[in-house]
Amino acid sequence: MLRYLIKRATSLLVALVVASAVIFALVEVVPGDPASFMLGINAQEDTLAALRAELGLNGSLLERYFSWIGGMVRGDFGTSYTYRTDVAGMVADRLQVSLPLALYALALSMAIAFPAGIWAAARRGRAGDLGVMAATQLGVAVPNFWFAMLMVLVFAIQLRWFPAGGFAGWDKGLLPGLKSLTLPAIALALPQAAILTRVMRSALIDVLSEDYIRTARAKGLSKGQVLRRHALRNAMIPVLTIIGMQFSFLLAGAIIIENVFFLPGLGRLVFQSISARDLIVVESVVMLLVFAVIVVNFAVDLAYALVDPRLRSRE
Amino acid sequence: MTFSTFRTGFISALALAASFGMAEAKTDIVVGMQLEPPHLDPTSAAAGAIDSVLYANVFEGLTRFASDGSIIAGLAKSWDISDDGLTYTFQLNEGVKFHDGTDMNAEDVKFSLDRARAEDSQNAQKALFAGIASVDVVDPATVKVTLSAPNGAFLFNMAWGDAVIVAPESIENIKQAPVGTGAFKFSNWVQGDRIELAKNDGYWGTPAKLDKVTFKFIADPTAAFAAVMAEDVNVFSGFPAPENLAQFGADARFQVLVGSTEGETILSTNNKMPPFDNVKVREALAHAINRQEIIDGAMFGYGTPIGTHFAPHNPDYVDLTAQSAYDPELAKKLLAEAGFADGFKTTLKLPPPSYARRGGEIIAAQLRAVGIETEISNLEWAQWLEEVFKGKDFGLTIVSHTEPADINIYARPDYYFQYDSAAFQGLMADLNNATDPAKRSEILKAAQKMIADEYVNGYLFQLAALSVANAKVKGLWANAPTQATDLTAVYWEE
Repeated sequence: MLRYLIKRATSLLVALVVASAVIFALVEVVPGDPASFMLGINAQEDTLAALRAELGLNGSLLERYFSWIGGMVRGDFGTSYTYRTDVAGMVADRLQVSLPLALYALALSMAIAFPAGIWAAARRGRAGDLGVMAATQLGVAVPNFWFAMLMVLVFAIQLRWFPAGGFAGWDKGLLPGLKSLTLPAIALALPQAAILTRVMRSALIDVLSEDYIRTARAKGLSKGQVLRRHALRNAMIPVLTIIGMQFSFLLAGAIIIENVFFLPGLGRLVFQSISARDLIVVESVVMLLVFAVIVVNFAVDLAYALVDPRLRSRE
Repeated sequence: MTFSTFRTGFISALALAASFGMAEAKTDIVVGMQLEPPHLDPTSAAAGAIDSVLYANVFEGLTRFASDGSIIAGLAKSWDISDDGLTYTFQLNEGVKFHDGTDMNAEDVKFSLDRARAEDSQNAQKALFAGIASVDVVDPATVKVTLSAPNGAFLFNMAWGDAVIVAPESIENIKQAPVGTGAFKFSNWVQGDRIELAKNDGYWGTPAKLDKVTFKFIADPTAAFAAVMAEDVNVFSGFPAPENLAQFGADARFQVLVGSTEGETILSTNNKMPPFDNVKVREALAHAINRQEIIDGAMFGYGTPIGTHFAPHNPDYVDLTAQSAYDPELAKKLLAEAGFADGFKTTLKLPPPSYARRGGEIIAAQLRAVGIETEISNLEWAQWLEEVFKGKDFGLTIVSHTEPADINIYARPDYYFQYDSAAFQGLMADLNNATDPAKRSEILKAAQKMIADEYVNGYLFQLAALSVANAKVKGLWANAPTQATDLTAVYWEE
């Protein structure tokens, strides 16, 4: 187990170093000067030079790379060129929206997908299964931003049940916060739920055709008991993989939905920073996301071991 | 007994709640805007969003813009100009305090102006302060500014958001927690979402009628529409979807405000790049453009045609649109005379705003009709600044010049459209030296004429200021003489 952990940790570190170099190179190669973006078209050359010096844009590429990495290692993510506040604080603020939103959407997605997937698998080929499959087709095909706008029209403009967008803030209490995240979470969750339902269903169908399921049935267990005790656990591995991927995606991939609902999330921060050439923010946030993805994958690996004891003994 | 007490209590509570709702007009407002300020120091960034939130509300200068674009007194209640036009002696309003309780006096004025013109200044409009030779404190309520040469635009320059008065005590944190002298004080900023201002009870002038102002940042036009429709925001200043304005106009809940801005939207032409170095080609370009079609197609009819680089609402404006009237046959003839009977190919580089992206497609089609092929590329602002503005690597581009009274950019030969005319530079030098209003007006008219005669750029239209608001909100500015959302006189009608 220890050897396994060390191996994982080393590969994690290598992945981070490679990612940091790639991210830095990609971001720095983009044309555009943060100082001219800040000061606009009437700025004088000496003013631009003064700002560049203050932002530390005058060093060589290598110098800047190492000062960035050095800061990261010490937990200092740098200072945003445009906002002039530390990036760590900005990311922490945005995570207050993005993290609950991702979790909310994921929870909704699972709450829909698990029962729907199981129900469809148990009725394979029958009307119920076909209905669920058709619904998931639709869920995958409908663009979520369009669905989001539709929900705004109905629930915000017509019925006034929810705000059209924006984030109330957790300081106003749990309920207003959740309320402002509900429509975005539904919009994000539906396509994910559709995918997850399909995965759940096909994984279960695979497992249900295994010999040991027949044995269990022959032993006298009911269909439901077999499903709960034997099939579900074994079908969880592909489902967990998808959930892990979905979570990583939801954390920063919600940008379009964040735009529709003007939520101050992580995706929009990256988007704004790219157009303002706030390179330090882009680099640090993307790096953090890479880190998060790697950690989530690691957690998913651990979860495999939890649901499947065979994986535990293999190491 | 218990029940009836409860019921009476309940009913009187209801009545109380109802009477509160009836008697008191609303004193808070939510204002939507597309762009969020990067930080909150108007004296060290070009971002118009900073002024849109803070100008006149939180920060004030010696002078200020009124809603019609004229210059009126601000923190300075009066001023004397010496006969040679070199010395401006400002009398400051007394009893003015910054929001942190410290006094605003001549020392602060000196500090602000010296900071803006210092060697290491990060003021995006440093040129406004270039003519200042010295700033002297006469007494706490009097400050004397000496110029190195007469500058007829000096009071105008001091009205810009980049020239507001700040205090040395609070300058360090100004980017996050601005401290000004205005009728509202900064209270909170949730980055990415909103900025909140509160009424300044110790304001020296006419107090604000609102107690609380929230600026909400909604970049997406569809989201902006939804937010207004759902009445999540009470005012949307600079509404980004002109196609929806008719719908708001027809809805009794809303009012649509259409005003003018200082934004001359032009088809900028690289005057040094062949074939645009030939005035005949530029003239052909001007006649190939159908302005009304662009205004209708790109701006849904909002915008005023212009024939030179000057705002039509300005009293000195000369209407020169007839000189470059739409005439594709004439354009073809001029092109043939210039030696381009078969037309030519050039680049058309478009920044993100919809006037440029939508307008660009229309202009490309109009130019194609006279034989000019354009290769369109869509650029982000940072790219545009790098490639077009700094690199001058473009044939044509579309951009709205939103700085007020900025015809003097034509006197800068290294400016991105590269118009180099000694005669025009002479005119601008004369303008700087002239303090007599009649003389200034005459020079400004000559300048407009000159750039129209030389067809320096394609002059398209003056950008309209479009806002949507709740019908009960009064006192809003319709015009945008500078980037500002002045809320000091705004109130809710009961």
